[in-house]
Amino acid sequence: MLKGSRLWFRYGNRQPWVVEDRTVAVAPGEVLGLMAPSGYGKTTLGKLLAGYLAPTRGSVTVDERSLPKKRYNPVQLVFQNPELSVNPRWRIRQILAEGCPPDPACLEALGIHSGWLNRYPHELSGGELQRIAIARILNPSTQYLIADEMTAMLDANTQALIWQGVLAFVAQQQIGLIVISHDDPLLQRLCDRILLLADDAVSKVDGPAKVFAKTA
Amino acid sequence: MLSISNLGVTFTQYDQGLRRKQLAVITDLDLDVKAGEVVAVVGASGSGKSLLAHALLGILPENAALSGTMRFKGEILTPERCRALRGKTIALIPQSIGYLDPLMTVGGQVQRVAQLAGRAKAEASASVSKTFARYNLSETVRDRYPFQLSGGMARRVLVSTAVVTQAQLVIADEPTPGLHPDVVVETLNHLRELAVEGRGVILITHDIEAALQIADRVAVFYAGTTVEIAAAKDFLSGNLRHPYTQALWRSLPQNEFIPVPGNQPSPEQLPVGCLFSDRCDWVSETCTAERPQLRELRSGWVRCVHAKG
Repeated sequence: MLKGSRLWFRYGNRQPWVVEDRTVAVAPGEVLGLMAPSGYGKTTLGKLLAGYLAPTRGSVTVDERSLPKKRYNPVQLVFQNPELSVNPRWRIRQILAEGCPPDPACLEALGIHSGWLNRYPHELSGGELQRIAIARILNPSTQYLIADEMTAMLDANTQALIWQGVLAFVAQQQIGLIVISHDDPLLQRLCDRILLLADDAVSKVDGPAKVFAKTA
Repeated sequence: MLSISNLGVTFTQYDQGLRRKQLAVITDLDLDVKAGEVVAVVGASGSGKSLLAHALLGILPENAALSGTMRFKGEILTPERCRALRGKTIALIPQSIGYLDPLMTVGGQVQRVAQLAGRAKAEASASVSKTFARYNLSETVRDRYPFQLSGGMARRVLVSTAVVTQAQLVIADEPTPGLHPDVVVETLNHLRELAVEGRGVILITHDIEAALQIADRVAVFYAGTTVEIAAAKDFLSGNLRHPYTQALWRSLPQNEFIPVPGNQPSPEQLPVGCLFSDRCDWVSETCTAERPQLRELRSGWVRCVHAKG
């Protein structure tokens, strides 16, 4: 279980709170949707859960233990701008191998051309690069995945294709998945449970239909 | 206002040592935009949407070569003319905050855009205030750095960069992903307003839903070529001409969420015939033999030999 307990965060002592007293938990194999207006700290919450930022107050734990500082982090975050998460001076082949050698079947499922592997990040489009960022974390060491507007920049067909691949992997490896998105129809399609962050109240919406986990 | 025909973009890459190879990333791209009109350009990633914008602004990398013609107000757009017009007559709303200077406050950057477009310092500052107020960005946001903005705020700052210029043609490169639906509607309405003011607007997006809210016409790109140009109303009325456009419509989560398997052909291995032939249900020998031409059909344009009237 990945759990963020009573998380608070602000950038400085005099800055306003970006995240105020949020508790989020996701179990292995569960798909949780997270929805809120822009500026409600969804992205910051994702970064706290993945250990990119340290919470000002509160704690993040995986199976009751805090996140590791040195080895591969079992909580991986894929965010909206892939160009910010890859080294611009590395070739794609090297980027993919950074965490774990990539699985050819996984590259195939995400529609990654072998021709891309020798290119540099700026020679791929944003959507192509996003698939690289996703392929990089779909490996056995990943236990939890936080997808922050992961397919917001992709066309509808590629979005459906990628989620098909990711949900199959999530179901197979029993990964806990948090989907942060503004796209209500998409969340309804993907998630077991949706959390709506609005003002100070956290309301729960249960039970949208899942399509791919069953078919894939 | 803008007319593009048979645009091609080729990258020259070093393969091994001094051996070079050519990558045709855009093959036959056609598009025209009139003043006061919003034309949406939709398509998969890597279909050449952003490269089209970069070509119009003359900011393609040095290893890119252009073919075909681009005309702006009747005159041929040469790389020199692109350089002279960009930021003044042709403005870009970029795709991500990666295009902003991370070490400069956003207020400073938008102000600089206004000054470079020919406004005096005080006037530029006033227009930044006005624009920020219009986009619901408080005065304190001016002193923030790009990394301190939320995704939605960053997008509104990016829109501001184009609005403070007096550009006649505005190219919005993916202005909506990751925004809350209310903010999307607001951003799109602002783009619509720019068209109502008499500017031409190119809305580059993969979000068909967003495009249909404000666009007059939609151009669908696939693997660097224009496969269809349709009126926005053709999507809801089912008057779509190209099999790829139909597939794209079906794969929306609110429709069927069923993707067409496979991928766009890589620029390294473009087929001889129709670029969509390997994923198409309608494929026949004619399709694989030769590239179809863009032709007029049901008051739109389509690049498919099987589409019927």
